[in-house]
Formats: sequence, structure tokens, C-alpha cells
Amino acid sequence: MNIHEYQAKSIFKSYGVPTPRGIVATTPKEAVRAAEELGGDLWVVKAQIHAGGRGLGGGVKLARSIEEVEELADQILGMTLVTHQTGPEGKVVHKVYIEEGADIKDEFYLGVVLDRAKEMPVIMASTEGGMEIEKVAAQTPEKIVKVAVDPTIGFQGFHGRELVFGLGITDKNEQRKFIDFASKLFKIYMDKDVELIEINPLIRTKQGDFLALDAKMGFDDSALYRHPDIAEMRDITEEDPDEREAAEHGLSYVALDGEIGCMVNGAGLAMGTMDTINYVGGTPANFLDVGGKANAQTVAKGFEIILKNPKVKAIFVNIFGGIVRCDRIANGILEATKMVDVHVPVVVRLDGTNAAEAAEILKNANIDNIIPATDLLDGAKKAVAAAKGDLK
Amino acid sequence: MSILVNKDTKVIVQGFTGKEGTFHSEQCIEYGTNIVGGVTPNKGGQTHLGKPVFNTVADAVNATGATVSMIFVPPAFVGDAVMEAADAGIELAVIITEGAPVKDMMYAKMYATKKGMSTIGPNCPGIITAEECKLGIMPGNIFKKGNVGLISKSGTLTYEGANQVVQAGYGITTAVGIGGDPIIGLSYLQLLPMFENDPETEAIVMIGEIGGDLEIQAAKYIKENVTKPVVAFIAGQTAPKGKRMGHAGAIVSGSAGTAKEKMEALEAAGVKVVVSPAEIGKAVKEVLSK
Repeated sequence: MNIHEYQAKSIFKSYGVPTPRGIVATTPKEAVRAAEELGGDLWVVKAQIHAGGRGLGGGVKLARSIEEVEELADQILGMTLVTHQTGPEGKVVHKVYIEEGADIKDEFYLGVVLDRAKEMPVIMASTEGGMEIEKVAAQTPEKIVKVAVDPTIGFQGFHGRELVFGLGITDKNEQRKFIDFASKLFKIYMDKDVELIEINPLIRTKQGDFLALDAKMGFDDSALYRHPDIAEMRDITEEDPDEREAAEHGLSYVALDGEIGCMVNGAGLAMGTMDTINYVGGTPANFLDVGGKANAQTVAKGFEIILKNPKVKAIFVNIFGGIVRCDRIANGILEATKMVDVHVPVVVRLDGTNAAEAAEILKNANIDNIIPATDLLDGAKKAVAAAKGDLK
Repeated sequence: MSILVNKDTKVIVQGFTGKEGTFHSEQCIEYGTNIVGGVTPNKGGQTHLGKPVFNTVADAVNATGATVSMIFVPPAFVGDAVMEAADAGIELAVIITEGAPVKDMMYAKMYATKKGMSTIGPNCPGIITAEECKLGIMPGNIFKKGNVGLISKSGTLTYEGANQVVQAGYGITTAVGIGGDPIIGLSYLQLLPMFENDPETEAIVMIGEIGGDLEIQAAKYIKENVTKPVVAFIAGQTAPKGKRMGHAGAIVSGSAGTAKEKMEALEAAGVKVVVSPAEIGKAVKEVLSK
């Protein structure tokens, strides 16, 4: 689960990680009040969406007067912001964060993420603040300092020294401040079951202070049960409504661009099914894992979600029945077709336990648009043909 | 021969008396797995499925001499259960549970390593040595005995792959579902040498997916150390970037962890890479009839 910048900064503040002062607003009037409360003569109006690249997309603007704050808040609130991380459809801005202006000397990048190979968190830092870290990694990998921290010993002084010397921070006072910053960030990462923290940019002010100018945080969904304070920060308007609906019913769904809807049990086989459709010349419309307990209700919900996509011309149901018997799934599919109006051809491949009985059930049901398939390849080919209208 | 487990392996089940634990333990016993007992706190002294129940793993190990534990406890208790098994001297823990926090697994695996215990999973179908010992949730009847070793990140693709191997006229020595979480136990790098050294295994099927770089590491290892033919499939060639595909670890972050780079690395290592899981059986036949 991801959270907004203003929420991440509230966590930062509670740990003493320095950030500029700021107040969140949902209307231009609130934005004005926020700016007045913050005082000063320079503010930043920042769109709050779960995606990077907001500045380039026009979602982060400087204001030099209260009037300008109001104008910019009015402009940004409600706009559809398109960045390299939102996809072409963009995201609607519902909140802006009004922040005091900062005196920037230079910009850094600082992040904490799990290093899957080392199986421990790694702190990543770079002098190339403001740039996409993937680009830095690809073009100038020597500019990224990586320090893995064994959680059983925690963040030690040497970790901090590796960071500041790696970044070329030479002033002793600044070294102390940066190390303190990084150690607090690491503590947040461990305490809150964070999946990713990214500060880009982290700025050094002309006075030699370090401030988190931006903040991006994502959490391990499996650990949210023990962080009710974080779980409360969930913003469902940021989620894809279909993905959310699927998740509420125990299904895992991701929309794609193609024409063939897929309903599969197991994430690996679901990806393998998409790949196979592609292999035989078709295009998958979605990833959908119905999980290990496919029944009439989950299958019906799956059909419903797949069919919301008007591009879908055929559906491929690919189930490898393990512990769940295929005959039960076949009955589930038949029941599901009564619960949902399925108006496209449905190719069904059921393999595994009791596959023969399942085939018999589907055949006897004699439903026009249900097309049985014998194996994965046969199913994919039939689904592609059905989508083209070559198979009825 | 086989790897890791066989008909003589003494197994206990943590989370023995729960709904999932009960259902799958029963299936495992039916398959022939030598389950010698189980652990459920406060149920010590009872009998479940005809086997003794213990309060702690230490009690169970002392009484039964078990060396392997199959773990079905709920996600919030997985880390604790793994560490308890390691502390009690268990040699291999097979963790079936899905949804354990990554941080818990990070600590649990570190402690297991320190204690010399191997782990499989979490969030996996388990391990099966065909017609001898099943530790997990896979449908046992698909796994006919044969000469192909199988390593897979995905549950249903393990079944798909094994089924095709059997349909092609071969069979399985041992199949290991390693799971698709960000932190997992035994992986290709540890299992490939076991299959390489197993005299009954003549070919290896490895099924990977997007995310992380385990398959890239495997490719390097295969190139230098594996003499037996390897067939591989990597799921997620058509998966979009930055989207999590069901498994917690199945995500292409930035430009890292794509199916393409994994497939290319494996191909360069001399592995027979198939673009669809539907081709696994055919590919096994091809490499074994050479």
C-alpha cells in the first residue's frame, strides 16, 4: 500500500526526520488558510497523488503571494495529472500540500528498500537528487552509494560513514546531520514494515541542514494488520476500482490492453496463460488469479470484472485443479453463467483432478458459448480464434 | 534416489490441528508421508489424525526424532514458527502459509541459517518426492515417479509442468515449489546442485517468473556447473512494468527483473527456454531423447 507525500511526512516528523513545514488542503480556500498559517513569502503547492514525476507533469508549483497560492491550488485541484508513473490516463488530484519554500543549495537522493539478493534492507543514496534513480543507476551507477544494513545489528556508525564519505559530504557538522537523518529513516523502515521509502530530492540548505523535500512510501500489505495507524492512511481513490473490487472478493486482477479475458487459478499459471495467448498470436486483456478456492461465486465475480472491459472479445478460463476438483469447478462455471450475462465466447480448459468428469459436465450442459479445450495450448488457440469470430 | 525428502523422512506439522493443517496433513499421510506428530500450543497430549500432538516443536523433536517440519500456521505466526523449528534442531522447514510479513521472513531466515536449518517457501505448494513423500498442498496423483527434477516459483505451474512431463512419457524425481515471495528459502542456486548430484534425476525443469534476479544467478550457476539438460520457462513476458502479478515478489521494478533478461541469460547458459508453459513437456522430451 502506498501513501501520499503529506502522510509520509507526518511519519517523518514523528521520528524527527527534518521536513519543511506544510499543511494539506482540499479546497483553494483551505490552501490560502494553510499558506497564511505557515507564513513567509514563498510557498510550494504540491498535488498529492501516488506517483512520481509530479513536477514535470505540472503538479508542483511555486507561489510568491497568497493570491498565487489560491490560483495555483484552484488550478491543480481537480486536474488530471499525467506523469511517467500514472499511465496515459493520469490521476485526478483531490488534495494539495502547501509547503513553506526552502533555500536549496544542492539536492540528493536517499532511499531504503529490500535488497532481495542480500535479503536485508539497503540504503541507497546519490548526489543526483531530482533525477529518476533508475536513470542514474543505468547511466552513472558509480554515483549511487549502496549500504546494506543487517537488521540484527541495526544502523551503526560505520553505515553512516560509508554514506557520507560516499556522497562526498565533508563538513563534520553536516556529516553528523546526514547520518542522523539516515539512521532515523532506517528506523522508520524497520518499525513500520515499509516496502520502500524514497526521498527525491533530499535537499541541503544554504545553512547546511538536510530536509526531505519529497517523500514516497509504500508498505508491506501482509504486515498492515499490525499497523492500524498506517492502514488508516489508505486512499481508495488512488486505486484502480476494478482491481479493488477484485481484491475485495479474494481475486487478484490487473487490467491489460488486449482482447482475451483470462481467468486462471494461481499467479504463475495466470501469467503463463497470458504468455501463451501472446505466443499463439492473441492479446491478453487482463491478469486474473481466482486463487486456490475457485467456486461459483468467485468465478461469477471474475466474469463480471472481465466483462466490464468493452475490449474483451473472448474469455479463456484456464484452471488446473489440484486439491480443488475440476468437476466442482465445472459446475461453478455453469452456475456463474446463470449469475452473470456472459455475452462472449468462453473457452474452458480444466485439467487435473477429475478433469474427465468436468468435460462431461460442460458438454452435457450444452451452452452455446462455452467451448471446451483439452490443454493449455489448445485453449489459447481456441480463445484467439473465438476472439476473431472464427470459432462459435 | 531423490532430493531432500523420501519415504523415511520423519515429519512433524506445525499448525497441525487447524483447518488447513488438518486437511492437508490427512492428504499427505494418505500419500505415504511419514508424519510422526504435530505441534499446536495447548493441545499437547492429544491425538490428531492418529498422531501425537505436542505443545512445542522441541517436545515433538525429542519424542519423535523428526527432522522436517511442515508449517501451516497463520501468516502472523510464521516467523515465530520457523524460528522455533530452527531452535529445536529441525533440518528443513517447509512453509506453506501465504501472506507472512517480509520482515518476519527476513529475521526467520537469518536465524534458520545460523542454526543450520534449510527452509522452503513461504507461500509455496511445498515439496514432493514422487510416490514417496509429499509435504505440501499439491495434488499427489499427478506426480508419477520418473527422472525429471522440477523447481518452480509457482504452485499451479508446478502442476502444469509435472503433468506435461508425465504426459510426455517421463516422470518426476522430486518437485520443489520454492514460492514467489521477496524472501524465500531454498532456491535454484541450492537446488540445482542437489539435482545435479542426484543419480536418478536426468533432466531439470525450472519455472521462474518476473521479479528479483534468482533466475539470472541460476543461469550463471548452470553455465559453469550443471551437466544435465535444463528446460526453463519464465512467467510474465506479457506482464506490465511496476504491477504486482499476484505473488508479492512478481514485479518488474524499473527495468530490472523482466522475463526477457532472464530468458536471455538462461538461453546463453545453454538452457532450453520455452516461451509458453504449454511447451514444457515437448522440450523435456527433446532434451532427454538427444
